[in-house]
Amino acid sequence: MAVQKFITGNFYDEAVLFPAVKKVRRGGYKIHEVFTPFPIHGLDKAMGLRDTSLHTAGFIYAITGTATAVGFITWALTVDWQINFGGKPFFALPAWIPITFELTVLFAAVGMVLTFCYLCQLAPFVRKDHFNLRSTDDTFVLVLECTDKTNDAEAMSFLQSIGGQDVQVQYKETGWWLGRYDKDTKRFERKAEAAH
Amino acid sequence: MTIRENYVVPKRFNMIAFTLMVIGLLTIVGLYATHGSKEDPIAQARFWGSLLQNSVYFLLVVNAAMFFICATTLAWGGWQMSFRRVTEAISACVPVVGTICGVILLLICFGGNHEIFHWTDTEHVKHDKILSFKAGFLNKGFFAFMTVATIVLWSLLGWKMRKLSRSIDETPLNVEESKKYIWKNTVWAAVYIIVFSLTVMSSIPWLWLMSIDAHWYSTMYSWYTFASTFVAGVALITLFVVFLKNNNYLELTNEEHLHDLGKFMFAFSVFWTYLWFSQFMLIWYANIPEETTYFKPRAQGIYSGIFWLMFIINFLAPLLILMRRGAKRNYTTVTFMALLIIFGHWLDFFQMVFPGHQKDKVPMMLWDFGVALGFVGLIMFLTGRALSKSPLLAKNHPFIKESVIHHT
Repeated sequence: MAVQKFITGNFYDEAVLFPAVKKVRRGGYKIHEVFTPFPIHGLDKAMGLRDTSLHTAGFIYAITGTATAVGFITWALTVDWQINFGGKPFFALPAWIPITFELTVLFAAVGMVLTFCYLCQLAPFVRKDHFNLRSTDDTFVLVLECTDKTNDAEAMSFLQSIGGQDVQVQYKETGWWLGRYDKDTKRFERKAEAAH
Repeated sequence: MTIRENYVVPKRFNMIAFTLMVIGLLTIVGLYATHGSKEDPIAQARFWGSLLQNSVYFLLVVNAAMFFICATTLAWGGWQMSFRRVTEAISACVPVVGTICGVILLLICFGGNHEIFHWTDTEHVKHDKILSFKAGFLNKGFFAFMTVATIVLWSLLGWKMRKLSRSIDETPLNVEESKKYIWKNTVWAAVYIIVFSLTVMSSIPWLWLMSIDAHWYSTMYSWYTFASTFVAGVALITLFVVFLKNNNYLELTNEEHLHDLGKFMFAFSVFWTYLWFSQFMLIWYANIPEETTYFKPRAQGIYSGIFWLMFIINFLAPLLILMRRGAKRNYTTVTFMALLIIFGHWLDFFQMVFPGHQKDKVPMMLWDFGVALGFVGLIMFLTGRALSKSPLLAKNHPFIKESVIHHT
C-alpha cells in the first residue's frame, strides 16, 4: 500500500474533456486515469492507451477449451471406454464438434471474465479508494499523477485553464485492500450531518 | 473536406469489364461447342449446369446487397450510410443478372434435357413414387411462376428502395419529414425482407438448386444457401468500397467502416459453417440411405477435394485470418479475404450443382471459371454505371451523421 498525491479535475462535457486530455498529454503531465460513468468512444485512443491484450488471452483460453474437449473425448471414447454408437467408428469426430464448440466458448468466456476481473482488480470485498464518487454518476474525473517535482499550484491552474472544475489535490491509496463499501459509512454520515 | 460526389467510371475499368465479358461469352460458346451441342444428355447438362451455377450464384450475391440495405434499414442502422450508394449500385445489377438467370432457368426447365431437373420428365415422374408425391411443388408451371415472380419482385422492390434513397438528394429534410422518411423506408424494407424470406430463405434454393437432387431434401438447405450468398455479397460490397477508396472517393468511409464489413465477413463465414456442418452432421448421424445420397459423392466420392477445400477457404481462413482486429482494419487483408470468400462460395455452388448430374467425373472447372469471369465483368460494368448515375453520398439521409462519427 502506498499513498500518493494526485490532482483531480471534473469535466461535464466530452467536447471539453477530449481537448483537455490532449492538452494534458502535450503539457507533459502524466494522466493517472480518466474516470467516466460510461464508456466513451475514442477516449482510450486520446489517452494513448495501448490495445488490451484481453482478446489474445481469450484466444488462448479458446484453443485450450478446444484441445481439452477433443483430447478428453478422444481418450474416453477410443481408449478408455469404447462404445459402439450405431455402427459409427470409435473416432467419430463430427459428433464431437458440438461439445468441442461449447467447451471452446465456455473456456473463452469464463477465462476472459476472470482475466478481466484480475486486470481491473475486481473481486468481492476488494476495496479501493475513489477520487470522486460522482465519476460513477454524472461527471468525468481526470486524475493527474504528481511526483515530488510537480508544482501543485501550476498544475492546478493548468487543469483549471483547460476546463477542469473543482480542481483539488488528493492523497489517495493506489492499491487495494479487503473491506466492504457498505460498512464504510463515514462519507455518508458526513452527508447526513450536513443535511440536518 | 471536399467530397467528390460524382463518380466517373475510368476507361480502364470498363475495358477490363468488357474484356471479362468477352472472355465469358467465348467460354460459353466454347462450352456449347464442346458439350452443349452434343447428343449425350449428360454432356448437355454439363453446359447448362455451368450456366445455372454461375447465373444463380451471381444473382443471389448481387441481391444480397439489397438484403444488406434492407436489413440495416430495418435495424435503423446508421453506420453503413457513408457507403450506402455502393450497396445500392451493386443491387442495381439485379434486374439484368436476374433476367439472364431467369432465361437460363426457364430454358433448362422447358428444354428437353432432363438430366439437371429430372422432375421435368413427366413420364418418369409417373413411375417415381417420391417425385410424384412432390409433383405439387416440383412442376414446370410452379417453377416458372416462382422464378418469374421472384425476379420481378426483387427488381421492383430494389428499384423502390433505390428510388426512395435518391429522392432526397436535392431536398434536405426537417425533423418531421425525416421521421416520416425513415418510417417509409422501414416499411418498404420490411416488405422486401418478407419477400426475401419467402424466396431466398425458403423456396427459391429448393426450386433452383435442391431440385437437382430431386429425391433428396434438407430443410436447412435454403438457410445455408442464403448464408453462402450473403457472406459473398458482403465481400463484394467490401471490394467495391476498397476500390472506390483507392480511387480517392468515399472520403467519409474509413477503416472503422471497413472493420464492420470485416466483422460481417467473419461472422457470416462462421454462420455459413454452422449451417453447412449442421446439415452434414444430422445426415451423417442418422445415416439413412435416402439422405446420405447427397453427401456420398460430395464428401467421400470424386467431389471430396472441393468439399474439403471449401472447408479450408470458407471457414478456417476467414476464422483465423479475420479474427484479429488489425486484420479487419487492413485494406490488403480485407481485400484478399473478400476475393477468397467470393471464390470459396462460388466453389460451394459448384458442388451444389454438379454432383447431381455429373456423376462419373468432376467437370473441368476452368470452363465454369471462364463463365464466372463473364458474370464478374457484367457486374463490374453494371455497378460502375449505377455508381456514376447518382451522387456517391446520400448526404441528406437523416442518419448520415451517425456514419460520419462511426467508431468501432
